[in-house]
Amino acid sequence: MENILQQVGIDNYIYLSTLLFCVGIFGVLFRRNAIVMFMSIEIMLNAVNLLLVAFSTYHQDAAGQVFVFFSMAVAAAEVAVGLAILVAVYRNHNGIDIDNLKKLKG
Amino acid sequence: MLTLFYILSAITLGTAFLTILSKNPIHSAIYLVLCFFSIAGHYLMFNAQFLFIVHIIVYSGAIMILMLFTIMLMNLNKADEKNKPILSRIAAVVAFCLVALVLLATFIKSQPVINEYKVSGQDFQSIKVLGQVLLNNYMVPFEFASVLLLVSMIGAVLLSKKEHINN
Amino acid sequence: METNLALLLLFAPFAGFLINIFFGKKLSKTLTGTLGTVAVAVSFAATLYFFLQVLQTKTPVMVNLFEWLHLANFTVNFSFQLDQLSLLWLMFVTGIGTLIHMYSISYMHDDENMHKFFAYLNLFVFFMITLVMGSNLLIMFIGWEGVGLCSYLLIGFWYKNQEYNDAAKKAFIMNRIGDLGFLIGIFILAYLFHTVEYDLMKAELENGWSVDKAWLGIAMLCLFIGACGKSAQLPLYTWLPDAMAGPTPVSALIHAATMVTAGIFMITRLNFLFNLTPDVLEIIAVVGAVTSLVAASIGLVQNDIKKVLAYSTVSQLGLIFLALGLGAYEIAVFHVITHAFFKACLFLGSGSVIHALHGEQDMRNMGGLRKVMKITFVTFLISTLAISGLPPFSGFFSKDEILMTAFHHNKPLWVIGSLASIMTAFYMFRLLYLTFYKDFRGTEEQKHHLHESPTLITFPLIVLAILALVGGAISLPGMSWLNEYLAPVMAKPAEHHHLGNTEYMLMGIAVVGALIGIGVAYAKYIKKGEVPPADAQITGVTNVLYNKYYVDEIYTAIIIKPIYAIGSFFKNVTEVALSGFVFGLGRAATLLGNQGKTVQNGSIGFYLLVFVLGVCSILGYIFLVK
Repeated sequence: MENILQQVGIDNYIYLSTLLFCVGIFGVLFRRNAIVMFMSIEIMLNAVNLLLVAFSTYHQDAAGQVFVFFSMAVAAAEVAVGLAILVAVYRNHNGIDIDNLKKLKG
Repeated sequence: MLTLFYILSAITLGTAFLTILSKNPIHSAIYLVLCFFSIAGHYLMFNAQFLFIVHIIVYSGAIMILMLFTIMLMNLNKADEKNKPILSRIAAVVAFCLVALVLLATFIKSQPVINEYKVSGQDFQSIKVLGQVLLNNYMVPFEFASVLLLVSMIGAVLLSKKEHINN
Repeated sequence: METNLALLLLFAPFAGFLINIFFGKKLSKTLTGTLGTVAVAVSFAATLYFFLQVLQTKTPVMVNLFEWLHLANFTVNFSFQLDQLSLLWLMFVTGIGTLIHMYSISYMHDDENMHKFFAYLNLFVFFMITLVMGSNLLIMFIGWEGVGLCSYLLIGFWYKNQEYNDAAKKAFIMNRIGDLGFLIGIFILAYLFHTVEYDLMKAELENGWSVDKAWLGIAMLCLFIGACGKSAQLPLYTWLPDAMAGPTPVSALIHAATMVTAGIFMITRLNFLFNLTPDVLEIIAVVGAVTSLVAASIGLVQNDIKKVLAYSTVSQLGLIFLALGLGAYEIAVFHVITHAFFKACLFLGSGSVIHALHGEQDMRNMGGLRKVMKITFVTFLISTLAISGLPPFSGFFSKDEILMTAFHHNKPLWVIGSLASIMTAFYMFRLLYLTFYKDFRGTEEQKHHLHESPTLITFPLIVLAILALVGGAISLPGMSWLNEYLAPVMAKPAEHHHLGNTEYMLMGIAVVGALIGIGVAYAKYIKKGEVPPADAQITGVTNVLYNKYYVDEIYTAIIIKPIYAIGSFFKNVTEVALSGFVFGLGRAATLLGNQGKTVQNGSIGFYLLVFVLGVCSILGYIFLVK
């Protein structure tokens, strides 16, 4: 059976997901809007998921894909709670600009 | 196949960048949906049909819709976000480059460990096999995941209702 | 059985203390007093049992409770030793203690803190018993410190008067100086002998254990300093007269009969060591003789009835130290016992007088009490005769023995001792005449209230007077029961004075001297009817004596003032410099902290950036650098 990895190679996938992950980091650091930062986190999660699937195929093992499945479940839960928190923050601060959230100041 | 991979990769990275760089959160969300679809395309290329479906349902279907709803609820669909101070933006760019450099260097350095890929021909990722693995080997985590989702649902409801409780 | 009884002997007063201190306030005054008295009486009964037993068997009772400390080659047991010496001491500590407790029931009846008073008294007796019973120096030290504490508590018993508090502090501090000497002495002995048990030290010496004589001398000198503090010898005696601020029973029990004899007990206990250091004994003898003379001369002109007795106590203790210094430990013990009898009687008698006069202590405002207070007068007279050294009263025998020994060893010391005795006779009769003869010189109101004290007060007086009368019988010259009895605890056999012409002549001189003292007092205060002048009119030598040779003032000038000066130097210079340095460090830390605080700026973006950089460097270090 033909397999994608024979033609593309695992290293290309590694570079792709690394870059995707870095883009996620960049987004988190670059933006002030909490929702966009949230999306960046999703990008990072997806980068990891992608790599997991790649390695799952590479090792011919289903465990990697099961892990991606769980990771998606966790991501879904995270998004639900995170957005709820954002809503609460929005109500209290009239905005979700994280530069205005400085209660952690020592 | 390689061409397809490059196209998909370009779309993935490009939409990811656009997600981050676009001023309007709605646009960000839409670019992100595109990005997710391209990742789903990658899954399809791996022949991981189950994940392809789940990914589209969960991310593009559920998560992104939730985000869009939130954005619209908060009335954020306008580009009124002030930019970060220039110093922070430079710092962000530097950090991005640095992380990319370190991670890529790490993987390139460990290249020799990656062997040539061999196909065993074994079926490991059809929905049938995955279902068996999931419900045999990973039964308990599976149940826990359901509990987690339940808890997060309750938590989300509680968090967004909190103000009314206080009043 | 023996262990239990010994523990009963020890802890009965402690139980009394606990009950009185915790529940005393709720009990009636008579009950607290009775409890306190019974607690000590129980100890006395137990002591009596052991005393009779040891008298028969002649073997000491040893009670080993447990091992207290165990170091490399040094073990201290928590054990008690009931031998001839300690039992003799316990006899008069608990015996006189019981009488004085009984006396206090009546004497302190009007005091609101009576339960506290009895608690302290019981605690004192407990510590005194510990001191005497201990089989090693460390246990003695516990008692030693304990009695010092109780003495402090009791001198300052009427704590609302600042002067009394000062007196208590003075006693405590003076004792501390001595205690330090005592402690250093113990350390050196522990170093020399690897033990502090009396019996083991003695055995080691008998087995030819070689001891560095110089170190031993230093140790003995330190112990003697300790004894000086506790037994009020020159130069640490000044606390004792001031200690009379406490209630009179306290003066009688602690500052005349028992606690002040602790130093003598310690030296007698360690006689086998002191014998090895004749130089130290010489010092003890000289210090004792000089103390006795100095205190007696001060006593000549004091007007406070208790002060006179206090100086007489110091003087008598000086005589006892003279005896110790001459190596005549038995005689010292003998005088301690007779002195305990008559001095306790005198103090209690003066307490009875003070009680009758509602707190008046100045002899210039007394007089004529003979007619009203017959029992007090008679007992007082007996004790005065005893302390003056007239035969056949107990004081005669003991004092005469001391002087006789002094005559045989060191004639100048004999002269000093004899002078002190003559002075003693003078001031004691001065006290007697001023207090009990002629007419009453106090106010009309006091005169109206004059009365003999109740039975609870007079009974101890009578008992003590009888003891003062016949106490000399335990060691008559030529056939001394005491010397025989104490022989097992003494390293050297007692000296035996052949009663020859010299001895009879010496006795004659002593009696004549005492009679001269009495005669002068009679001529001055009965014939001429003199009354000591008011403070302002005192002049010349009398003034120097009246002000106690200005010793307190000299101490203030040469010790206290310089210490204050050093203190203010440290406060004004060193303290400022040091705290400046310390505060500077603190301020620097605060400054640094304030700088560091800006890092915690609360900006999540910044935190994330730092977090990413951190992860980067960790990854870089693990995968690239290593």
